[in-house]
Amino acid sequence: MKVKVPEKIVIRFSGDSGDGMQLAGSIFSNLSAVFGNEISTFPDYPAEIRAPQGTLSGVSGFQVHLGSKKVLTPGDKTDVLVAMNPAALKVNATTLNKDSVVIIDSDSFKENDLKKAGFKTDNPFGELGLTSVQVIDAAISSMVKAGLTDSGLDNKSQLRCKNMFALGLTCWLLNRPLEYAFEMLQNKFSKKEQILKANLKALTDGYNYGHNIHASISTYRIEPVIAEKGIYTDVQGNKATALGLIAAAEKAGLKLFLGSYPITPATEILQELSARKDLGVKAVQAEDEIAGICFAIGASFAGNLAATSTSGPGLALKSEAIGLAVMAELPLVVVDVQRGGPSTGMPTKTEQADLYQALYGRNGESPVVVMAATTPTDCFESAFTASKIALEHLTPVILLTDGFLANGSSAWKIPDLENYPEIRPPYVTPEMKEGWKPYFRNAETLTRYWAIPGMPDFMHRIGGLEKDYQTSAISTDPLNHRKMVEIRQSKIDKIADEIPDLEIYGDESSDLLVVGWGGTYGHLYSAVEQLLSEGKKVAFTHFKYINPLPKNTSDILPKFKKVVVCELNNGQLAGYLRGKVPGANILQYNKIQGQPFTVNELTDCFTHLMEE
Amino acid sequence: MDYNEIPAYSPKDFKSDQYVRWCPGCGDHAVLNSLHKAMAQLGIKPCETAVISGIGCSSRLPYYMNTYGFHTIHGRGSAIASGLKIANPELSVWQITGDGDCLAIGGNHFIHIIRRNLNVKILLLNNKIYGLTKGQYSPTSDKGFVSKSSPYGTVEEPFRPGELTIGARGNFFARTIDVDLKMSVDMMVEAGKHKGAAVVEILQNCVIFNDNIYDSVLNKEVKDDKTIFLKHGEPMIFGKNKDKGLVLDGFDLKVVTIGKNGITEKDILVHDATCADNILHYKLATMGGDLPLALGVIRAYSSPTYEEELEKQIKEVQAKRPARTLKEYLLSGETWEVK
Repeated sequence: MKVKVPEKIVIRFSGDSGDGMQLAGSIFSNLSAVFGNEISTFPDYPAEIRAPQGTLSGVSGFQVHLGSKKVLTPGDKTDVLVAMNPAALKVNATTLNKDSVVIIDSDSFKENDLKKAGFKTDNPFGELGLTSVQVIDAAISSMVKAGLTDSGLDNKSQLRCKNMFALGLTCWLLNRPLEYAFEMLQNKFSKKEQILKANLKALTDGYNYGHNIHASISTYRIEPVIAEKGIYTDVQGNKATALGLIAAAEKAGLKLFLGSYPITPATEILQELSARKDLGVKAVQAEDEIAGICFAIGASFAGNLAATSTSGPGLALKSEAIGLAVMAELPLVVVDVQRGGPSTGMPTKTEQADLYQALYGRNGESPVVVMAATTPTDCFESAFTASKIALEHLTPVILLTDGFLANGSSAWKIPDLENYPEIRPPYVTPEMKEGWKPYFRNAETLTRYWAIPGMPDFMHRIGGLEKDYQTSAISTDPLNHRKMVEIRQSKIDKIADEIPDLEIYGDESSDLLVVGWGGTYGHLYSAVEQLLSEGKKVAFTHFKYINPLPKNTSDILPKFKKVVVCELNNGQLAGYLRGKVPGANILQYNKIQGQPFTVNELTDCFTHLMEE
Repeated sequence: MDYNEIPAYSPKDFKSDQYVRWCPGCGDHAVLNSLHKAMAQLGIKPCETAVISGIGCSSRLPYYMNTYGFHTIHGRGSAIASGLKIANPELSVWQITGDGDCLAIGGNHFIHIIRRNLNVKILLLNNKIYGLTKGQYSPTSDKGFVSKSSPYGTVEEPFRPGELTIGARGNFFARTIDVDLKMSVDMMVEAGKHKGAAVVEILQNCVIFNDNIYDSVLNKEVKDDKTIFLKHGEPMIFGKNKDKGLVLDGFDLKVVTIGKNGITEKDILVHDATCADNILHYKLATMGGDLPLALGVIRAYSSPTYEEELEKQIKEVQAKRPARTLKEYLLSGETWEVK
């Protein structure tokens, strides 16, 4: 039998919400990571909690991108599709590669099933124009039932093991050993022996079925990457964000407090931190978004590392309170997991359209630090850095992630906090107590000193009213106000001294510079990488720090003939950069469909710009 | 703490050096003095006390306290006080709020801090008017009240703070009068001693925009007959001649005269502020019209606070799960090793 050895491959598990595709997909991605592949995954849940069975709106998918080299996106097009029903086939038809392998459960492709998915004939592949795909037509349901007749499980429970049969078959197709899947199932069903046995049986049956069909289809092997030594786990963006906050609190020797309110797609941050009572985290589900941030501000005043997590509509509600934290000069991390807007918009879909809101969405001159995470695992690094900046400069930091990063996952080496920088908040010291005032500042950083309730001799009052530069008392003096506005701005501007310079990937002498920010990093990098490998002249830089900008921004951008700023919005970073970087020829590439970029559309766009 | 000890602090230990900017004659001055005294009497350390406010005339109060203080944003005092108290349960946390700040823009946070039973002392200065914005009606203004924003009289029913507190499952509610320093100090001390969310409604006079709003009840001529001071364990007797009392008539409270129609002191209800059932407290808190307005501690039922339940839960979880650092936690999950 032939074995193909591609560098990368995209596999998608797709079926009804109840078909267990998320589990099959996550086991497959984990066992591939253990095998040594690079992985990037993206689950695609339906917006409805329980859509009608067999319909297009009920399709739930899990995509895994595997590679023997750097994998940064879940992949544009699918090479292997597991379609548990006709609806799953239909939903994924447009993203299939021409010579894809499609595994279907032929038991679920009967007349009635086809009708539910809106097919008019008994030839769904023909109807969809999928003439060149290779189909593995397996009677999965009946084979699972036949294999489990002696399992003691009822009919319904037997059928629940379909996903494991499909997983087994996929493992055969990808030449994956089953051992690690066994181990994961044993952990998952350790207290349900009967169900464990049935799942293991279905998994093995699926694998053996592949072996026995002697299909003319070639199988795949993705060679392992030589990965850095260490202990790894699989992490989703939202969880990584939560863990980054925990890491920062641990490093700073502070308690972590989260004030939040459930909102898609940010809720997992609240859930993860609510579960971390073992680590002493206090995560409070407040009565609303405003209370969420106000709880956090109260906890910040109390001397905790305080954070709030939300999405666009919640950030809108929190804006007045962010202004209070600006004025009171308290540390605060605000995580905005962006989704399609405006208003309620498209809660389960991704977008980058909250940049202007993060930068400007408050009354008065109200500068805050704005950062954006670049990959699911970078959510950890970014949350750590956001916390460090907030604590050391007594300022709110808005960390922008997005629905794509939040739900996507990749393998992650468990970090050693010893390798992370210290976090040193500017606490008051006992010798300061004579004549101390709450808005006294460090002359260099312009950061005020932090006195925490409970400390003797530092009782003080802060608040949202303008304060006198000298006495810290309430003031409406005109020139004092100007001075304080300037100081709050300079305090943020000076943070640029601590953030890394922009780096250029690719050909610095090229005419075209590709620019992105936040969660589009993987797609942009992959597109530029591909063009470079084809010998094209192109360069790429990516913003993680947006306010303040890296210091070399205005050196780099004007050097290139064309700068194309690529964003999942209508041009917000482009507009911001036009105001901040004179002399740069800023062009835009925007996608506002609630979907991430595809590498393909990006390479098309860049090629076109290079040829123009 | 033994509150009968000689206090370690005097009222001036709680005074800040800031010039007090309320209008001359404003009831807030009296409230501030009472609070200085009450805190001294409670013996809490200024450095372990935090006074939180929202926006409004009364919300300026934290600046006049030599404690930790935070003058926040409109309506959000309860939420910020909640976060502060949860983060550091050792602090004595006081919220200063007005009828607009607390019951209009901050209504949601107010009912939730009460429901959660955070050990925060809420002083609600109720002057039935928006003073800082110069004279609009508030959520406690009586129906028909004429103000700058209701030139033909309001067409809406007011909130009654006691009703809202008890409706939100509040376990401490007291009412006092701004200028009655003794009563105010006593109520603040009682609130301070209570474990859990405690609301003290202070009937406060706005000398500029709503002068004498409580005159029909509180002026010297009628006060004894139109108010009743409730004390736990004592019969509900009031009136100039101490001859009026409250009894239950069916489901309703009724005023009777001792010595008339065979009524003796034994027939009069005895106040029980500490019982779990809140129905009678509700009735007492909402008295008015033919019934005297209740002053004093109306309800003081002790129950577990949010912050102590949370600390307890953290300890329980920690007893079962050994991870104390991020790394220990991550290694206890699903992992694989690259060698």
